[in-house]
Amino acid sequence: MSTHGAKKPVSQQPGSNAKALLAKNYPVRYLAPAVLMLLVFFFVPTVLNFIYAFTNWSAFSKTIDFNGIDNFVQLFKSGTLVRDLRITLVYAILVAIFQNTFGLILAVFLERDTWINRFARVMFFVPVIMSALAVGYIWQAVLKSNGALNQILSFISGAHVDIAWLGSTTWTIVVVAAIHGWKWMGLAMLVFLAGLKTIDPDVIEAASIDGATGSQLFWKIKFPLLAPAFTFNVATSLLGSMNGFDIVQATTAGGPGGTTEILNIFVWRTFGQGLYSQSTTMSLVLFVMVMIIAIPLIWYLRRRESRIL
Amino acid sequence: MSSASFGVSPKTNDRITVNKPSHVRAIVHTCLVIVVMLVLLGIPFWLLIVTAGKSQAEAIVPNMSLPSHWQLLENFKTVIVQGKMIPAFFGSIIVTVPSVFLALLFGSMASWILARRTTKPMAVVYALSISGLILPPAVVTVMMLLKMIGLAGTAPGMVGVYVGIYMSTVIFFVTGFIRTIPISLEEAARMDGASPMRIFFTIVLPLLGPTLSTATILVTLYIWNDVFYSLFILSGKMDLLPLNLYNVASAGLYLNNWHLIFAYIILMSLPLLIIFAFAEKKIISGITGGAVK
Repeated sequence: MSTHGAKKPVSQQPGSNAKALLAKNYPVRYLAPAVLMLLVFFFVPTVLNFIYAFTNWSAFSKTIDFNGIDNFVQLFKSGTLVRDLRITLVYAILVAIFQNTFGLILAVFLERDTWINRFARVMFFVPVIMSALAVGYIWQAVLKSNGALNQILSFISGAHVDIAWLGSTTWTIVVVAAIHGWKWMGLAMLVFLAGLKTIDPDVIEAASIDGATGSQLFWKIKFPLLAPAFTFNVATSLLGSMNGFDIVQATTAGGPGGTTEILNIFVWRTFGQGLYSQSTTMSLVLFVMVMIIAIPLIWYLRRRESRIL
Repeated sequence: MSSASFGVSPKTNDRITVNKPSHVRAIVHTCLVIVVMLVLLGIPFWLLIVTAGKSQAEAIVPNMSLPSHWQLLENFKTVIVQGKMIPAFFGSIIVTVPSVFLALLFGSMASWILARRTTKPMAVVYALSISGLILPPAVVTVMMLLKMIGLAGTAPGMVGVYVGIYMSTVIFFVTGFIRTIPISLEEAARMDGASPMRIFFTIVLPLLGPTLSTATILVTLYIWNDVFYSLFILSGKMDLLPLNLYNVASAGLYLNNWHLIFAYIILMSLPLLIIFAFAEKKIISGITGGAVK
């Protein structure tokens, strides 16, 4: 009965009725819990971040007053703003290179489904499921100046090797980025492997019949067809490292001489000192930096995918 | 194992024999894989295990040699007590389990609406909902907000923050998946008079298995291992496994207690390693299936 009654207006106003039906069958209240959680725990803090970056909020003053762009000016004048931005950018690029190069090499190397390859894939995934903090401490012990790696190198070369892996103001950032890449290379490998599996074997066969060499086969056919995996891996490695903290904190804590101080290390350090507005300001800087870099990049990678596939 | 079978069966399809690497190459490859694993994984993990079994005197300078006398269990006992690992384990559980559960439940409910109602406003809501995939959370002000509503330093506050941060991941995966499910199933149930609640919980949700397992794995990994957000939110008022590692290590590095730090790391990694060992195939296929979609 009731369905019959409801059906009548359909013929009169199809558009608005379709909407009403949609609203009835897919009620907005199902959105409510998610939207509420996102609002309270994500969007409101983000908006507050934009407000408190322009105040003198700290553990030492009783009131919170607006002070314009003083925080930014101060951070800029001290050189910290530009330095930490540069370090974060360098770190993110290095991590993306290491993580994806290691991941891609492993994926190609372990592509065939032999037992040893399957075993190796599982083992390379172990660092992914470990805590990044733990990974950082392990590598600190490996790379200490009297640590395991220098001992091994001394043993192999026969001479005393004493390389300060974590003590160079120039190269330590590269070492720490490599550790970050090591921790996540298992994930990149799996994603590339899944991409390789989706490639139609007939395409490869056709190319090899046409006389394509191994490297041509890889760079001209396999690599372009890995575009979706490439997008995922590049985006997650860049985002993960720009927002990184654990591995740097555990290996160098920002040192030596602040040369590995990525933005989140600064945020945590100044927060601990009670300089909340400085901390908030840097957090805002990170937010803006990620927006400016990640959104166009992901847009570009997506376009690249649709051009290839 | 294959030398015999290789010799007996050369009469397979020509094309396959051409593509198959020779026997020698297979052996070389196997050796290479072992060497790469030994260098990249063997060195750090060997160091982890032997150091965790040493006495403090031997562990001051961590090296690759075996302990003169294994005291792994004694070190475990020490860190369980000093690192308050038992409360930390339960702390990690009561934060991780509700966070993952709520993010998945709320996220799937929202994804269902977002996938099926393809209007302009909904597209905007969707874009905002997944913005957390890219944008970093405002970690200082979320801490202040929790203080204002009295949830700072508590498990519910921490759960709220994690749900807020990882909701986007869930919505992204699940919405994409629901869009691939034909709507006809739902319509058939609707003809039979099923309510939206019934349709969601008895028809849509059971179909989400594969994508929900991907999301569960990723979100659990992130939350269980997180230390950055919990440092801000909990400020020492609750014990979590990574947080206590941070405290043990901060004190331990000063005292050169590498054996204790590493004993802690082994114990702390065990829960996820054990789950991984049992569900390795499912986890790996879950992650790869979800990511490349």
